Amino acid sequence: MTKNFRVLAGAASLLALLSGGAMAACTVDGKGSVRILSNDFEALRAIETAANECASDAVKITANATAQHKDIQGPALTANPAEYTVAMVANNSIVPLLNDGLIRPLDDLVAKYGSQLAPNQLIKIDGKVMAIAFMGNGQHLFYRKDILEKAGITAVPASWEDVLADAKIIKDKGLLDYPLAAADKPGWDLAAEFVNLYLGTGANFFADGSAELAIDNDQGRKVLETMRAITTFENPDYLTYDANELNKVWDAGKVAFMNQWGSLAGAAIGDKANPDVAKNTGFAAAPTVGGGATPAAALWWDGFTIAKNISDEDAAASFQVMMHGISPDMMKANHDAAAWLITGYEPGPASEGVIANAKGGAKAYPMVPYMGLLHTALSSELADFIAGKEDADQALKDVKAAYDAAAKEGGFLK
Amino acid sequence: MPHRTFFAFLFPSILAMVLFITLPILSVVVQSLYHQPDAILTVVENCDPFSCTKSTKVDTAAMAAFKAEHPMGQFAGLDNYTNHNHLALADLGQIWAEGGGLGAMASKLMNLPFYRALAFTLTYCFLVTPFAMALGFCIALAVNTLNPLLKGPAIFVSILPMIITPLVGSLIVAWMFNPQGIIGATLQALTGDPKLSLRASPVLTWIVLLGYGIWTNGPFSFVVFYAGLQSVPQDTVESARIDGASRWEIIRFVTIPHLAPLATFVALVQLMDNFRVFEPVVGFSAEANATSLSWLVFNDLVSQDSQQFGSAGATSVLTIAGVLVLLAPVLVRTWRDFNRKVV
Repeated sequence: MTKNFRVLAGAASLLALLSGGAMAACTVDGKGSVRILSNDFEALRAIETAANECASDAVKITANATAQHKDIQGPALTANPAEYTVAMVANNSIVPLLNDGLIRPLDDLVAKYGSQLAPNQLIKIDGKVMAIAFMGNGQHLFYRKDILEKAGITAVPASWEDVLADAKIIKDKGLLDYPLAAADKPGWDLAAEFVNLYLGTGANFFADGSAELAIDNDQGRKVLETMRAITTFENPDYLTYDANELNKVWDAGKVAFMNQWGSLAGAAIGDKANPDVAKNTGFAAAPTVGGGATPAAALWWDGFTIAKNISDEDAAASFQVMMHGISPDMMKANHDAAAWLITGYEPGPASEGVIANAKGGAKAYPMVPYMGLLHTALSSELADFIAGKEDADQALKDVKAAYDAAAKEGGFLK
Repeated sequence: MPHRTFFAFLFPSILAMVLFITLPILSVVVQSLYHQPDAILTVVENCDPFSCTKSTKVDTAAMAAFKAEHPMGQFAGLDNYTNHNHLALADLGQIWAEGGGLGAMASKLMNLPFYRALAFTLTYCFLVTPFAMALGFCIALAVNTLNPLLKGPAIFVSILPMIITPLVGSLIVAWMFNPQGIIGATLQALTGDPKLSLRASPVLTWIVLLGYGIWTNGPFSFVVFYAGLQSVPQDTVESARIDGASRWEIIRFVTIPHLAPLATFVALVQLMDNFRVFEPVVGFSAEANATSLSWLVFNDLVSQDSQQFGSAGATSVLTIAGVLVLLAPVLVRTWRDFNRKVV
């Protein structure tokens, strides 16, 4: 497989050389205006740069990469004509767009222009293609090989219980004061920690077929107990750590284990990273929790959608431009930026963790319409718990109360 | 001035106030009475790169029909005001019924998002306002006695906290209090407690937020009081001095009475401003230990997949009501003073 791939790649680059350019030229059938809205990280910027090659007199392309994309996308796509023709989304941010019917089915466009797409890139809702995925993501274990070795730990821990035991060894041997780190900053990150661990227990967030919250159970308490146990091995300032901050602490060599985003794995072992840490950094699937069978982490995909409230001409131009943006050439040029789902991708060291998660059977982040409300309730209501100011029962009660109020206002609960 | 001319002069600003203040507030009030329409859900099969699963989805076609008939959403009456995330009347009743002493009840009350935010907002308001005014007054007195050559630079330095964007200012101070920052590290060394940090200690968070508030609000009082000091009647000051009054007595019996009306004005503006405290909460990432009413509105509108306009509207209306209650005594006093002068 690997060999074949190399031969193919060689042939492809030979062809590219013969045709006189490293990148295939972009040709767009028709004209239109392409306006892209996306989150702001390396892989998405690479796609936008590639998409920009399609700009011509007939095709105008603008791109807005911002961390605030989730706040903008709803109002911007509600307008008619929509402010953006392309919205890049993930499992969670596509939900509000679906809830309000702001994006269009892509089946026709896929049939006409999507020959490069693999079947698993098509995100199908009720049989219709609503988004095209191009990368996978997820939080997984980062570990320090040298510290494990010094501590005499031979196996990479597969469960949080093992991680905690190993952390104790590392601390007791005086290797590190605070061997663990997690994204515990109250807000989105903290809620994501809970969601990850809860998914790992295999329990359901909601009662079957309704928006009734169902996390007030033994699994919910086990998750909170584990989160609390993890904080005892963390720097006391753990409440300020979000995902980006984690990479800095990792780079400073102060941590032996952390559960961190696959999209930031490349940076942790890249050229700009601290070389002593980078060469000793290993990636593995997220640990399991409470005897669960699957890695306790949500699987994520990133993809793009096309707005409903735009002309068919703009939609066709946007789709073609994005096809160039997520072309195999772009993927090859930015190979280590993400765990690509694009045809021909050969997983590198930076994507080991995400792939291990997927292979381990980790579950996807739930796409139910009220998941966002739960995530928000967790964001604010777990703050007291993680700061050690209240117990698990009270925390779960608070989450339920906050969620119920929001779900009622959102029209999901009576 | 004839009434007509007076009205003609006033009309543009009245129009602007109605358009940009009254109408938006009315729209917020209306919005706060509505919920999103009941979601119509269907179960469909979803496929992502990892697997296919049965999942719930909003039936957008059916919803669109309902929304066309009810563009505002569903009328909810006062539910947005009384629910758990706002006044939490049901929770209050339960806390009252459970009893268990004042301390236990207070701690349960502080567990409700609205009351927790209100507690910090009021504390901030009532501590920062007087201390910032006192600080501003002291700086004004000090600068006023300086050599004219030094006055310019001194004024500039004194109003720096006001010039710095609040968010930037709070970030700078927050970083200084980081355990690796200059103040954070010093605090840990002085107290010998390696776990002492801004995020871990609610008390420290409150103290730092209040200190920051005083620092950043001081210059406003300073500027107003400094301007007021220029109009203190010098002959009164001189005669007081001839009568043997000390510097402190002159300040106490001449300067302060002269500046009292100004102080009312400053207090009014500062109370209003401080009741809407927001930037420091975000800048210090203090959400875990201190939230404010404005932060609640912000949280409803941005940190969600879909904005909760009804909830944000209800909090906004409650904030406006709070400002009115706070200002009532000052307004009543101003009104009385005004009437007395007319008579």
